[in-house]
Amino acid sequence: MATKASRSAARMMMAPAVVLLLGWMLVPLIMTLWFSFTKYLPLRGDSIERGLDWVGFSNYSRFISSSSFWPSIQTTLIMVGGVLLITVVLGILLAMLLDQPMWGQGVVRILVIAPFFVMPTVSALVWKNMLMDPVNGIFSHLWRFFGAEPVAWLQDASLSSIVLIVSWQWLPFATLILLTAIQSLDSEQLEAAEMDGAPALKRFWFIVLPHLARAITIVILIQTIFLLSIFAEIFVTTGGAFGTRTLTYLIFQRVIDSQNIGLGSAGGVYAIILANIVAIFLMRIVGKNLDT
Amino acid sequence: MARAVTTQRKIITTAAAWTIGLLIFFPIYWTILTSFKTEAQAINDPPLFFAFDWTLENYAVVQERSDYMKFLWNSVIIAGGSTILGILVAIPAAWSMAFVPSKRTKDILLWMLSTKMLPAVGVLYPISLIFVEFNLLDTRGGLMVVLMLINLPIIVWMLYTYFKEIPGEILEAARMDGATLKEELLYVLTPMAIPGIASTVLLNFILAWNEAFWTLNLTAANAAPLTAFIASYSSPEGLFFAKLSAASTMAIAPILILGWFSQKQLVRGLTFGAVK
Repeated sequence: MATKASRSAARMMMAPAVVLLLGWMLVPLIMTLWFSFTKYLPLRGDSIERGLDWVGFSNYSRFISSSSFWPSIQTTLIMVGGVLLITVVLGILLAMLLDQPMWGQGVVRILVIAPFFVMPTVSALVWKNMLMDPVNGIFSHLWRFFGAEPVAWLQDASLSSIVLIVSWQWLPFATLILLTAIQSLDSEQLEAAEMDGAPALKRFWFIVLPHLARAITIVILIQTIFLLSIFAEIFVTTGGAFGTRTLTYLIFQRVIDSQNIGLGSAGGVYAIILANIVAIFLMRIVGKNLDT
Repeated sequence: MARAVTTQRKIITTAAAWTIGLLIFFPIYWTILTSFKTEAQAINDPPLFFAFDWTLENYAVVQERSDYMKFLWNSVIIAGGSTILGILVAIPAAWSMAFVPSKRTKDILLWMLSTKMLPAVGVLYPISLIFVEFNLLDTRGGLMVVLMLINLPIIVWMLYTYFKEIPGEILEAARMDGATLKEELLYVLTPMAIPGIASTVLLNFILAWNEAFWTLNLTAANAAPLTAFIASYSSPEGLFFAKLSAASTMAIAPILILGWFSQKQLVRGLTFGAVK
């Protein structure tokens, strides 16, 4: 159907989007790469106009050997892993529950999805103050009611608290996608298994879970990409203190607080590599789906 | 053969689902409720669920003390502007990929998606430098362009999956009946594409409204949208729960309402068509 003329017209129509994204990707990326090999401290008078000193890979080795690097990797892994575990497990259970016949299903769905639409700064501040404040938060009221000592959540259990906040934000996403996947499950297969006397747990393990495998993978990959760059939730709750400094936050501090652009850029390159490893897997799955 | 569901089982599922639903919704409910209390009532122990004097004072104070409307307006302009810009750039691209696919279409789509995975913090300084160079720091226009670019892959993808669903035979039939290209576009394609475009606009407006990395890092006093306005509440001064609640409620209410309309498209938009 496509003629030569319509092909070149199609290319013209695609050009603006492609050119814009290419520029958006390449220009900052090349600058970051360049800075990562230089000594670039704007507060000490370094600037692009005066020329930056080439320092080879020393920023890279300094970033890795700094005492805050490995803790930040650990924090990142705990945060991403914790949120993934909570949202996927609870998401599966919740999706299976919401798939059952009940009264007011539409309203429950709306209630469950709502947190996803709350802007990150609002959810972080609401949790920090209204719920987790050690003096006036709801949790402290609850603790005192049961005669327990209120907990200073964001100081004493800072990392778990942030995991909790972020999980609350992302549980709706996981639930919604898994629910969509569950609804495409052939119910006759389940009924046949039930008549053959397969117990509920076996039906779940051998029929439901395999059916959800693809959706679960997609949830994990997409969430990982967003979770690796969690920022606002840390920024407004702990500001990176009390062991909540992730790799993203460490880079942010190097670049903005200490204005060490060379070092921060080297960290940025590490973060880009990390994100790309995850991205490759996601792209494979999405790409496979394009053929069908 | 549909399975008969016992009423008893339905009651149990309903109770369980509502309990969990309300529990998940509680922080939002509590914020909205607190916004109508006085500051003293907001921190009352035990917490007040019903018996308090409803007041709108907090809303007035928030507006008066921090010029809330300015931030709201910035959010509307930035989120709206970036969505419109994105749609204008994306429609022709998605259109041509859906209707005149080539061998490279798939690669281009995947490459576009890959730009979305670049961690923002990795390019924070270069972008700030470019913003300083072109006097874009703390301007709505600059932020509009950045948000357009970060959401462009999602917009192209969503539109592409919608356009793909428009059957090509209808176009051929229209052509057979002697429709000109203009008529074909205006009377055949556009009406079929509008629902998809509308969902795309909705979801991207929401994403842009809630974006909280670039909006926090590239704005100061003039162009700061609601995300930055709310973040300024992170250093409390005295009693402020009720005011924080009022500010938060105003920031999330419009999006909650839009979000409920877009929940069906959410899955498609955020999984790039991989889960339908």
